[in-house]
Amino acid sequence: MITRSDLPLRVINSSPDAIAKAKARARRSFRQIRTENVFKRTLTIMGLIIIILVLGIMVTLAWQSRLSIAALGPKYLWGKVWDPVQDVYGAWPFLLGTLLTSFLALIISVPFSVSIAIFLGEYHPKGWLPNFLKNAVELIAAVPSVIYGFWGLAVLVPIVRSFESSIGVEPVGVGIFSSSLILAVMIIPYAASLGRSMISLVPSHLKEAAYGLGATRWEVIRSVVLPYTKSGLFAGVLLSLGRALGETMAVTMVIGNTSLIPKNIFSPGNTMASVIANEFTEADKPVYLSALIELGLVLFLVTVVINLIGKKIIDRFTNE
Amino acid sequence: MDGKNVKLRLGKSYGFQWLIYVLAFACLVPLLAILFYIVRAGITKINWHFLVNIPKPVGESGGGIANALVGSTLIIFVAAVIAIPIGIMAGVYLSENRKSRLAYWCRLCTDILQGVPSIVVGIVAYFWLVRPWDIGPIHHKGGFSALSGSAALAIMMLPIIIRSTEETLKLLPDSLKEAALALGMPFHRVIFKVVVPVGISGILSGVMLSVARITGETAPLLFTAFGNPYLSVNIGKPMQSLPLMIFNYATSPYTDWLNLAWGASLILLVWVLLLNIFTKVITRKWKVQL
Amino acid sequence: MESTIIKSRNFNASFGSNHVVKNVNIDIPRNHIIAVMGPSGCGKTTYLRCVNRMHELIPGASCNGEMKLNDEDVYQMHPIFVRLKIGMVFQRPNPFPNLSIYDNVIAGYKLNGIKMPKAERDRIVEQSLTKVALWKEVKDSLNKKGSFLSGGQQQRLCIARTVAMEPEVILFDEPTSALDPISTSTVEELFHELKANYTLIIVTHNMQQAARVSDKTAFFFLGELVEYDETKTMFTNPKDQRTQNYITGRFS
Repeated sequence: MITRSDLPLRVINSSPDAIAKAKARARRSFRQIRTENVFKRTLTIMGLIIIILVLGIMVTLAWQSRLSIAALGPKYLWGKVWDPVQDVYGAWPFLLGTLLTSFLALIISVPFSVSIAIFLGEYHPKGWLPNFLKNAVELIAAVPSVIYGFWGLAVLVPIVRSFESSIGVEPVGVGIFSSSLILAVMIIPYAASLGRSMISLVPSHLKEAAYGLGATRWEVIRSVVLPYTKSGLFAGVLLSLGRALGETMAVTMVIGNTSLIPKNIFSPGNTMASVIANEFTEADKPVYLSALIELGLVLFLVTVVINLIGKKIIDRFTNE
Repeated sequence: MDGKNVKLRLGKSYGFQWLIYVLAFACLVPLLAILFYIVRAGITKINWHFLVNIPKPVGESGGGIANALVGSTLIIFVAAVIAIPIGIMAGVYLSENRKSRLAYWCRLCTDILQGVPSIVVGIVAYFWLVRPWDIGPIHHKGGFSALSGSAALAIMMLPIIIRSTEETLKLLPDSLKEAALALGMPFHRVIFKVVVPVGISGILSGVMLSVARITGETAPLLFTAFGNPYLSVNIGKPMQSLPLMIFNYATSPYTDWLNLAWGASLILLVWVLLLNIFTKVITRKWKVQL
Repeated sequence: MESTIIKSRNFNASFGSNHVVKNVNIDIPRNHIIAVMGPSGCGKTTYLRCVNRMHELIPGASCNGEMKLNDEDVYQMHPIFVRLKIGMVFQRPNPFPNLSIYDNVIAGYKLNGIKMPKAERDRIVEQSLTKVALWKEVKDSLNKKGSFLSGGQQQRLCIARTVAMEPEVILFDEPTSALDPISTSTVEELFHELKANYTLIIVTHNMQQAARVSDKTAFFFLGELVEYDETKTMFTNPKDQRTQNYITGRFS
């Protein structure tokens, strides 16, 4: 196997000891070449695994919801009644619940996350106080959602209940409003950290040009920084929305879990994620289970689309 | 320009600056409220007894969370064992093949995976790893296992590990790899002995963050690890985990169980916070100066 | 005895559709110092990277033609064997930042998993560092990280790392362009020491350096090998008008 040409020329004319050593080394290299090929193939397989995983998720969801898709058709999406006992499955209450909680949460959280982004990206990029704020925002993202839910149930719900009775709606406490409040806190970090990095990318010559014209700090932010970063901020908001739509535990614990269409933002309801969490292990009929999985499929598709749009915007923004 | 106008504009500028300050720091209020409340409610429940005992049935006071602690540790450990090698290698694959078609799709799938709601991962893991072992027409009859929970969590870890590995390795200079290749090193050794060790702080921080993230995950475990009131170390059987226990006990009406849930929440919170702090320390300490 | 160690015939290299090395024919004699010079973008570095097959690592890069090492086609061998026999030193010093000075010298063995007794390793490290005149400067700080050294020392460390692998040819890609004048002269002195055991091919855009250190010089212009001759002849009596223009500074 080992030919002359595998050995360095200078070794060939030297001692047998050196030749033996060189041969051993060459043999070793041959082994390594084989390992190298195996390794390269393994890497490709790992890349493939990720693709197969995602395709598998899609196929599994689609296949397992086939019963419900076949039995209920598209009107599943706007059916207003969800009554497994009567075999009536309409997803509208959950779609509405999801949209209400997510957008309400978004509306509440955006002013805060944008403020954090401006504070950290523009006013005070360095120092102990911004550092502290940055870590605190990261902490908000780190706290497990089940803890948000528990805290919401124990602390927030009673507060909301007394608030509700003071404004004269039925004082349930749990419901869309409480979920939105909790969600709003939970999604602040996503838009904030993305917005911060986008704002810090604003070229300083643009800002200096505005300052040079005598603009005040706020005018620079409003007419230079925000317009420049608006697509980035929008992407951050989209990613937050994706989070909010898919968030399960905290919402499940404080939303009240009823399959009725919510009458207003204070009434209890259910989101797509929370109804799956609650009823999945109780589904005792194939169609029931399949209808729940179809909810999962819808949720999956919506969040994937939102996330991909957000990512595309970020990519375009950072590559410019 | 008259001075009054300038004064007005400056006043507006300062006004908005203060508004931004107030709104930015307002987010600390709920955070501190949560931390404060969890610590206050949880600290009195935690003692040695609490850590080494399993929960008592309804009506008996006392009991602890040993089963959840053991279960969480085990489930996370197995998830990490599954996800870390796949994640790092896929990340290496992406950083080594920046332009190939397969890499493009792989990157896209990683992005998709990152956005998949955790409950959906739970559903899928249920159909892959619980249902096939389920006896009877529709669940209820078993099949739930800690292993399926670990697999679900591993899926959640993957995109974080892949992304951080890829981003870290992308930032390493080409000269590093060239130096190793010019010494006649085979590709796998270049990766394992040079590229990964130099990028270790970034890769590790991704791994740690992914562990921190799944530590608090509940939704994927609902239909996989399922929960178990007893201490179990058999990964083929249902197993309790901290977040699952908190969810189940927090929504129960019994004071004893609520107390357990508060104690467990504090432990979970401290665990996650320590992981986050630890990540920061490691990232700083193990950073290789280029 | 003067024997040819590297021989190229009709060698071409390109990046995608960009043809950067055109039809190069060259014979490089053993134990000589060959300088490759030319204005930037003339393909000299690309040609050098083709010799030990580093060129193909760049996505989209391709090459064809004959490149022989000791009468054996480099492009028929596995790159690992090629690179074990043809070492390379880069433009910027690139010691492994995670390794100590000692480990950097022995990196080719250590990172390749080649086991050997400690005495042997110590011998290789000392020998290699002595060859690059670095031993005296670093022998008390072998366990420090390589990145603590100065630029010139780092570059010599990189040369030591390459020398430790006992290659037959060492390629230098503008080895002194990132160094200060004093370090440059130290490295240049080194070339003469190394000549006894190795064949050196040095890419440089510095004519004076080519004139100072090399036995033979090749002049590349727009991807072509314009002239290849004894250094003395080349600088005193160039045959091609373009070479003449280059060495008299009419263009750079």
